[in-house]
Amino acid sequence: MLFERSRPGRTGYSLPDPDVPDADPAAAFDAEQLRDDLPGLPELSEVEVVRHFTRLSTWNAAVDLGLYPLGSCTMKYNPKINEALARLPGFAAAHPLQPPALAQGFLELCWRLERALAEVSGMDRVTLQPAAGAQGELAGIMMIRAYHEQRGERRSLVLVPDSAHGTNPASAALNDYRVVSIPSGRDGILHPDAVAAAMTPEVAALMITNPNTLGLFETHIAEICEIVHARGGLVYGDGANLNALLGIARPGDLGIDVMHFNLHKTFSTPHGGGGPGAGPVGVKNLLAPYLPVPVVRRLEGSEGTGFTLDYQFPRSIGRLHAHFGNAAMFVRAWAYLRSLGPDGLRRCAEMAVLNANYLLARLRGEWHVPIDRPVMHECVLSDQALKATGVTTLDVAKRLIDYGYHPPTVYFPLIVAGALMIEPTESEPREGLDQFVAALSAIAAEARSDPDRVRTAPHRTRHGRLDETRAARRPVLRWQPERPAGS
Amino acid sequence: MTGDLPRYVPHTPDDVREMLATIGVPGLDALFACVPEKLRLGRALDLPRAASEQEVAGELAALAARNASAETHPWFLGAGIYAHYVPAAVHALASRAEFYTAYTPYQPEISQGTLQTIFEWQTMICALSGLDVANASLYDGASAAAEAVLLALRATRRSRVVVAHGLHPHYGEVLKSYLRALDTRLEWLPCAPDGRSVPVAPALDGDTACVVVQSPSFLGPVQDLRAAAEAAHACGALLVVVVTEPLSLAMLRAPGELGADVVCGEAQSFGVPASFGGPALGFLATRERFLRQLPGRLCGETVDSRGRRGFVLTLATREQHIRREKATSNICTNQGLCLLYATIYLSLLGRRGLRKLARLNYAKAEYLKSRVRATRGLTLPLAAPGFHEVVVGVPDTGAAALARALEAGIVGGLDLAPYEPGLGPALLVCTTELATRASIDRLVERLAA
Repeated sequence: MLFERSRPGRTGYSLPDPDVPDADPAAAFDAEQLRDDLPGLPELSEVEVVRHFTRLSTWNAAVDLGLYPLGSCTMKYNPKINEALARLPGFAAAHPLQPPALAQGFLELCWRLERALAEVSGMDRVTLQPAAGAQGELAGIMMIRAYHEQRGERRSLVLVPDSAHGTNPASAALNDYRVVSIPSGRDGILHPDAVAAAMTPEVAALMITNPNTLGLFETHIAEICEIVHARGGLVYGDGANLNALLGIARPGDLGIDVMHFNLHKTFSTPHGGGGPGAGPVGVKNLLAPYLPVPVVRRLEGSEGTGFTLDYQFPRSIGRLHAHFGNAAMFVRAWAYLRSLGPDGLRRCAEMAVLNANYLLARLRGEWHVPIDRPVMHECVLSDQALKATGVTTLDVAKRLIDYGYHPPTVYFPLIVAGALMIEPTESEPREGLDQFVAALSAIAAEARSDPDRVRTAPHRTRHGRLDETRAARRPVLRWQPERPAGS
Repeated sequence: MTGDLPRYVPHTPDDVREMLATIGVPGLDALFACVPEKLRLGRALDLPRAASEQEVAGELAALAARNASAETHPWFLGAGIYAHYVPAAVHALASRAEFYTAYTPYQPEISQGTLQTIFEWQTMICALSGLDVANASLYDGASAAAEAVLLALRATRRSRVVVAHGLHPHYGEVLKSYLRALDTRLEWLPCAPDGRSVPVAPALDGDTACVVVQSPSFLGPVQDLRAAAEAAHACGALLVVVVTEPLSLAMLRAPGELGADVVCGEAQSFGVPASFGGPALGFLATRERFLRQLPGRLCGETVDSRGRRGFVLTLATREQHIRREKATSNICTNQGLCLLYATIYLSLLGRRGLRKLARLNYAKAEYLKSRVRATRGLTLPLAAPGFHEVVVGVPDTGAAALARALEAGIVGGLDLAPYEPGLGPALLVCTTELATRASIDRLVERLAA
């Protein structure tokens, strides 16, 4: 722990000699307004800080170390060129309030990315502003609300399938909508009759994830959109799983009115231990007046050339970010799009789907597949075949760590008991998938021969299984000097 | 597709053939049989053709070169995003792929690097803010301020929000967006002529959930937080303090010690690249009794099966995973990579370095003020003391003054005309440690001319 390594008098930073006279804040402020000391920060030399964080880095699993098959999270390779480009000073040191004339490169990049995302999704307009997929959802539902209000309608419900991401209901609730859950069919997809039965004039929108969280394409999507539209509702598309559709089908063509993109999932921007994400939102023209401001606009005709920022959207939902959103992620996403081109993007979708179906084909014999249909980019298994051994999904996940893998997503989607959700992504070579299958197979065998070995995993990590209950019952959320160090 | 394989996809034609055979389908098209024919795109996407790495690098370098930045110009523009020197070790460590290619630490046994960093960050934010608990970061300062207000609305079950003049105007806009659908009233207080907010007590009532005060304010002056806290608490409201330059907290007393119940804002200043405003680093800290109202992720200490100290994400029942529509907020991410930058930065500067840096930033601003006072045509319209950001009155218009500075190659600050027309022609000028005495002299000269 940083704070325990601290020694009074050390520092890892040096300042140039001041070229202006020193100024004593005590001359301007009351003593009460000034701080005497900053004892909560550590005192360490540069080499100690470097060793500390280098050591911490070795305690992490990461895509660059191996397969990270988190379903619905999409951990694909993050190209190195993307990182290098985002660090160019013209991008990394640019300030959001500098005049547009001094930011033409960034504005052009934003404009190009917006247009490319619109083409990929079949949407008319795109805003890059939301800082994460969940904030994109919030923006989308806010636009839907503004649309209905503009038409003088007060609708109070949002329909969300039971297989949805957890953020969907929360985003609706933050917009003062009540959420009505609608059941998926036994085949794991949504059926038009279920939507028709729930679709009243009170319903503002249906939120749908396609492909859904079981990895299945919503085959009836067009008919479902027609049902919602016929009753005056709009359809929100959760774009988390867009990587399976690149160049194959476009949400806008299926009837979706508004959707968000997760740049980190589909366009290879890094996840960084939980963020930053970036959640651009695409809309059909009927929602364009409600886009967050500002909007990047290309100057035309007598206005001259170049790009500017447009605030003239009187019906806009306003701002969601202090500035333009996670702009450094736009650089990475654009580099990725530009590197792949139309054929490469389609190839990504094909290979992501190939990899998921290949894994499913290889695992089907030994593992229980709750809904056994051809999948898109991810597949869902369950621990049911291991029932007799007492080994659970969580145990399998922890044992996979011993075999050198980050575990798949566990216990999600909620509609599958003991779910193990695997997303290999397009960047994983076949050999990697075969080795992963071998590991899962070995664990299944262990579960029968030596279940305790699996139940007490992981064994080869720096830490054994962590006590999450204790953390929640007695929250310790910061280091304090008076507490004994460690246990 | 024809030609070379995309460089990020490893499959050879043989791989594809054999994998299709294992699946038992005749071709790639068959994998998409679940997508009805009429829903398929049926053409290639209309995007530029694939480019080599060399071409991509060239094109983006050309775009980057068309942006001014603190690396190309003497820079006096702040207003919520600040140009500071970032030690090389910050980039070197944060660029480690074990950090940036990791996901949310859902499997704590193999995510201790990320988790311990979050725990150390939470500890540092508690120290700077003077409060008990902090979360693992939010999108940016503006959404952190909005989340702080939502916290206060939940905690007090009241519906009125009073915002002191001087909140960053973009934060005010974000707040409006977040509250639009909820049954709340949002009201703004005027500020005194010296730049400090007026005493808030008369504006408050039993329906007020919180008072929001930014300090130093958008225009620079440090606010009287003790008075604001007393007024808020007298009517049962919370004091939410917004900080857009947390370096100031190394010089100014912790808002928590002055009575703030929530301290939130933007921590980009701590080593995070400006990057056109994002990704940024929202922070949020509060008192222990509001722990379960705190949005976003939290990292907690625990022990493992062998009794060793370790860290996990905790109290997730407030999150969207479990209660869904009853979740505290819809946030399901944090700014992990940005908080890593900040934690490394704060570790390097440490207890003494951060204070010295704050003092240097303050001295640069005081020097600027002394130059402005000595220069005919320029004024300091706000008398209250600030940190490193100053409103400078200029003779003609802010735009003309900025244009004169730019002719000398200097980005001179923010024209306040769109934000504070009542001030007359004025700029918001920021001096960090990057501002040299010579560039300050030159700027002042150009603004006056």
